[in-house]
Amino acid sequence: MAAMNRGPGGPLAAGTPAPDFTLASAPGQAITLRQFRGRPVILAFYPADWSPVCGDQMALYNEVLPEFRGYHAELLGISVDGVWCHAAFAEHRRLHFTLLSDFEPKGEVARRYGVYREGDGFTERALFVIDRDGIIRWSYVSPVGVNPGADGILRALEALAGERTPA
Amino acid sequence: MSRRDSAAALTLPVGKRDHIQAPAGAPVTLVEYGDYECPHCKRAYPIVKEIQRHMGRRLRFVFRNFPLRESHPHAQHAAEAAEAAGAQGKFWEMHDLLFERQFALEDDNLIEYAGDLGLDVVRFRKDLLEGVYAPRVREDFRSGVMSGVNGTPTFFINGVRHDDAWDVEPLLAALERSAATP
Repeated sequence: MAAMNRGPGGPLAAGTPAPDFTLASAPGQAITLRQFRGRPVILAFYPADWSPVCGDQMALYNEVLPEFRGYHAELLGISVDGVWCHAAFAEHRRLHFTLLSDFEPKGEVARRYGVYREGDGFTERALFVIDRDGIIRWSYVSPVGVNPGADGILRALEALAGERTPA
Repeated sequence: MSRRDSAAALTLPVGKRDHIQAPAGAPVTLVEYGDYECPHCKRAYPIVKEIQRHMGRRLRFVFRNFPLRESHPHAQHAAEAAEAAGAQGKFWEMHDLLFERQFALEDDNLIEYAGDLGLDVVRFRKDLLEGVYAPRVREDFRSGVMSGVNGTPTFFINGVRHDDAWDVEPLLAALERSAATP
């Protein structure tokens, strides 16, 4: 299935330094991307909280967390929803990872990663795997209605882990 | 590392470890990754039965576990119960019963179903409470994740993820197309 690029230049590609950002992670709390230097980070941009349960991308990632953590990777979900919406969503779905609010200015971080859908006012369903030095090593944009699954992320993490093992 | 452009494919081939309905050598294999507590999987259950009636011996059906444990608190034990029943030769009987009784999947219910199916209940209870089949269920889950399972149910037809609707007509049409492709 062809990826659909709606940002001006499409999503930032492998090899690009990941733009740093600070976003709210909870009421009164914020997270900066740079603080995760030294281990891989998965950025999962998704259109909105509260999509249907069983096919939900965040619910799937919640189940796959032990695998992600096996690679010492930090998973950050990002949408334009506000912190209170994220808090209610995370509690309802029992999510055990951080959701960030790209809320003000709306979609600014998504725009910098080339994955904001201007006409729609929400982000693409886009994945980025960032290495321990802050470089994007894999990116993928799924058709907005298709949950991309977790296999691409795990393959990217596996490849990064492989690089670190001396031959 | 590149983008994934082709449809997701099954990474763990169907083999001896699987629960399989219908004979080997059937031209089409349908693999379902499912969760006994998922309402969509319950809806898919009679659909698969109808498709099996239509296709008869031309279809091989395989069920693998993909319990979404955080969304469905009973899904993991239900999956282990089906495997425990499988160890006593009654996987499919338990599989069917779990979907038909999706509203009652507490451990006590699972043990009661084992009794209803004439299983050795002492052994079944021990297997269930000691998590004997938990690793097997996790192995199914991992194989699903690596194959691009993105929710439940996810179907694979001859190893390729079926991304269209899975009502009887579209699923049957996709299976017949695969059967006609040499």
